[in-house]
Amino acid sequence: MPAEFILIPGRTSKQGTSLNEGKYTDNYQTEINTLQMNPDDMDRLSIAEGDVVRVWNSFGSVDVPVKSGKAELPIGVLFISYGDKSCRLMGGETHGSGMPDSKGLDVLLEKVES
Amino acid sequence: MATEIDQEKAPAKLKIVEDATCTFCGCVCDDMELTVEGNTITKAKNACVLGKSWFFNHHIEDRPEAMIDGQPASYDEAFDVAADVLFHSQYAITYGLSDTTCEAQRVAVAITDWIGGNLDTTTSVCHGPSGMAFQGVGEVTATLGEIRNRADYLIFWGGNPAESHPRHFTKYSLMPKGQFVPNGRKDRTAVLIDVRKTKSAKAVDTFLQIRPRSDFELAWALRGLARGIDVDPSVEEKTGIPLEQLVEVMEGMKRAKFGAILFGMGVTMTRGKHINSEAVLALARDMNRHTRWIAKPMRGHGNVTGADNVVSWSTGYPFGVSLTRGYPRFNPGEFTSSDLLARREADAALIIASDPMSNFSQPARDHLASIPVVVLDPKLSDTARIAKVAFTTATYGINTTGTVYRMDDIPLPLRPAFESPFKSDYEILKAIEARIRKRQLQAVS
Repeated sequence: MPAEFILIPGRTSKQGTSLNEGKYTDNYQTEINTLQMNPDDMDRLSIAEGDVVRVWNSFGSVDVPVKSGKAELPIGVLFISYGDKSCRLMGGETHGSGMPDSKGLDVLLEKVES
Repeated sequence: MATEIDQEKAPAKLKIVEDATCTFCGCVCDDMELTVEGNTITKAKNACVLGKSWFFNHHIEDRPEAMIDGQPASYDEAFDVAADVLFHSQYAITYGLSDTTCEAQRVAVAITDWIGGNLDTTTSVCHGPSGMAFQGVGEVTATLGEIRNRADYLIFWGGNPAESHPRHFTKYSLMPKGQFVPNGRKDRTAVLIDVRKTKSAKAVDTFLQIRPRSDFELAWALRGLARGIDVDPSVEEKTGIPLEQLVEVMEGMKRAKFGAILFGMGVTMTRGKHINSEAVLALARDMNRHTRWIAKPMRGHGNVTGADNVVSWSTGYPFGVSLTRGYPRFNPGEFTSSDLLARREADAALIIASDPMSNFSQPARDHLASIPVVVLDPKLSDTARIAKVAFTTATYGINTTGTVYRMDDIPLPLRPAFESPFKSDYEILKAIEARIRKRQLQAVS
């Protein structure tokens, strides 16, 4: 049964520093390809650090490993650094603003059984 | 600094660049002291963690000066192909510009005008909604110097300066001792409004953890309180913040001598977008019934503010400008790059110092990958990888001089650290412009 979440893509300090090292370094790629989740949500859905989850909405679907967002993230909210994965969940509609919905995206999440 | 370095090991190559400018983020700190050994910056005094990473990792890379269809090429060959792509296009877009100098931005505007293309910058997917809001409700504004010297009440809204603008707290807003805040942090009250309890929450006095997508409602409730209008306690259901706490914050805001709201992309990128920005800007305006308040967007890239200025003084509009009819037209949603690509309208692209393939929506990325693209970037990027022509460029501020604008619209000069074998954005764009003009003049003669 998929769980409903709100995804907030954003920037992190680690993304900023690894960006200067290069977008194809392990540090940068790890940062943009890891999903952060509230620890209580992880417990509720029996998800451990490193487990892969599928996140999707009407625009796309991505598989990403999870790490704990600790106390930073409220329950029901996910975070991922901007990058290929977050792009795949963004639609092209900007509602006349030029800006696609880039934060606060409604998504569904399910653990990918290995 | 020079005394710390073994002069015998590197006597000829050592150089100290004082008052250098960091162009990584919109703070554009201009008090860097760089130690340069040959083609490497070994020390960056005063730089934050992001600035150090910027200075230490932009050395001369072993890459071809240009690539055509993924194959190494000379600059001259690449200039010709780039000019052909843009000259033969029916509806080219120019996009990016936030990480290059104002001098290069001017040439990009000129090229777009010559070819009758569409001009847009990364502002459209950053604080473009705030740019629209300025036109709707105006902007009560101030420089970062005024905030540093006067602000005794700070609201950081929808942003995480501790990670995105690390020196903003220490150099411009929260910590410094100023003329009218002589005790620095002790003289200032700080509030953070955000969905996530980020590292910035530790630095403030009050953290308001709002529910996602409730920025507008919170700003509107505060506007009501500022105007003496009763606000319904149900505001808590939407925002997660009890009315009593909002009343308490508002009392503090009214008591302030100089207040500043510094808002980030948590406001502009969330549903509501320019309406969210309008609400925040209108709140600052309303607060001037009681005391002095201003609101400023926290700008991300090093010269995104310069892009706004150059495009504004050149065309009359800050971003999303169509030059297809020979005169400027402004219409976000119609002439913004994300939309033009997602609607599959553009048939060529000139991308300068930006990587839309790594942050645009999937429909926009799909179309960008299907049209001829000319890219200028000092580093390999996802956009350079799909480009018809990709130029390797010198890094602005580290290898090239020029002008950039700080996030508060203050222009600052760049003091480069060492020379690059690669050409600057300005030089490359001038060469492309000259070739386009030659083709245009040949076509009419």
